[in-house]
Amino acid sequence: MSSELKIFDSFASNNVALNYAAGEGANPLIPHTAEIVVGFIAFSLLFIVLRSKVVPMFEKAFNARTEAIEGGMQRAELAQRDAQIALQKYTEQLADARGEAQKIREEARSQGAAIIEDLRAKAQEEAARITAAAQVTIEAERQQAITSLRNEVGALATELASKIVGESLEDQVRQSRIVDRFIAELEGKK
Amino acid sequence: MGFIRLAAEGEGFTPPSTADFNLPPVLAGNPYTTKPVLLVFFSVILVSIFFILASRKASLVPNRLQFAGESVYGFVRNDLAKDVIGPEFMRFVPYLFTLFTFILTNNIFGIVPLIQFPTMSRVSFPYVLAIFTFLIFHYVAIKHKGLFPYLKEIMFMPGVPKPVYVLLTPIELATYFIVRPLTLSLRLFANMFAGHLLLLVFILGGDHLLQGVIGLKLVSPFAFLFGIALTFFEFMVQVLQAYIFTLLTALYVAGALADEH
Repeated sequence: MSSELKIFDSFASNNVALNYAAGEGANPLIPHTAEIVVGFIAFSLLFIVLRSKVVPMFEKAFNARTEAIEGGMQRAELAQRDAQIALQKYTEQLADARGEAQKIREEARSQGAAIIEDLRAKAQEEAARITAAAQVTIEAERQQAITSLRNEVGALATELASKIVGESLEDQVRQSRIVDRFIAELEGKK
Repeated sequence: MGFIRLAAEGEGFTPPSTADFNLPPVLAGNPYTTKPVLLVFFSVILVSIFFILASRKASLVPNRLQFAGESVYGFVRNDLAKDVIGPEFMRFVPYLFTLFTFILTNNIFGIVPLIQFPTMSRVSFPYVLAIFTFLIFHYVAIKHKGLFPYLKEIMFMPGVPKPVYVLLTPIELATYFIVRPLTLSLRLFANMFAGHLLLLVFILGGDHLLQGVIGLKLVSPFAFLFGIALTFFEFMVQVLQAYIFTLLTALYVAGALADEH
């Protein structure tokens, strides 16, 4: 221990000697006039340069950037709103178109049904008309047939009867009277 | 202690001392040509050129240089000035920015190869900066509050029982007019001074060991390695001290602007 202490002593004396050699006080807390002056000048110089040249430029860049970002955001917002409106419009139009299509389809369906109904009615009418016409024709022909049959049957019967009876029934009036009576008898038998 | 003793007994190792900070002038007899003085001017030129180049274009999309400059500026502007001082911060940004870059550059000189001298280890420069800060925060407070209300606020803190003022008033006065500027400057000075001394011990010591006998030569790399590790540590301290000085200045200004004590 004692030798170490001795060494520290020698260090201390060395320091003193060096400080004397340097010609300045050992106390590092004592300021030096030259350094104080230089410090003031240098710091002030730097302050002036940074304040006048650097800070305004950086602020300019900061502001421009903030504006750019805010402007961009505003534009984006606007674009989004436009897109939203367009989308809404298209959706509405699509819905309209769907409704329209539905309506047209409905109309077509009902129209088709009406046409079919109409056609059926017409066909039935036509059928009825044809049936009626046929019946009239048939009735007329029947009537005609009856009339002609009656005449022919009359003539035949008369002829046959005259042959059988031997009585001339040339007289037309008498002839038809006999035939009528004959037929009436026939009908009366029925 | 062993190797120091051996060295001391051998060739007489002179450990670094406060004398190592008294560098002789380059031009004999002219005190304005010492290394610290030249370094301070060099730092002014360096910082000015760097930031003028970085901010010259001020473009929307910064290039690398502008980005680097803006990072430092933005840090001081937003993290120090804006967050601490509040809405009136912009008035103080130029001063805080100058303070931070000036101290930082001069501190880092301590580990820059070939320069290797932290100018702030010369106490005069921290004194100057502390004087600036001292004047500014008192000026701001007096302008903001008026001279007498300000002094009254310092001397008679509201909400304290009257007898306590006997104790509190001297403490507060000392805090505002002596302790603040003194601690501000001495903290910076002492950190740089001690850091430089530490680096000197290990690097000069390692160098001295290298000239000793073979056993000492083997020990020498450890001293150098430790010196390198300490260099990284010093870098951290240098940045931190620049930050602390600027932060405290911002805090004092904020206190000067605050209406409530």
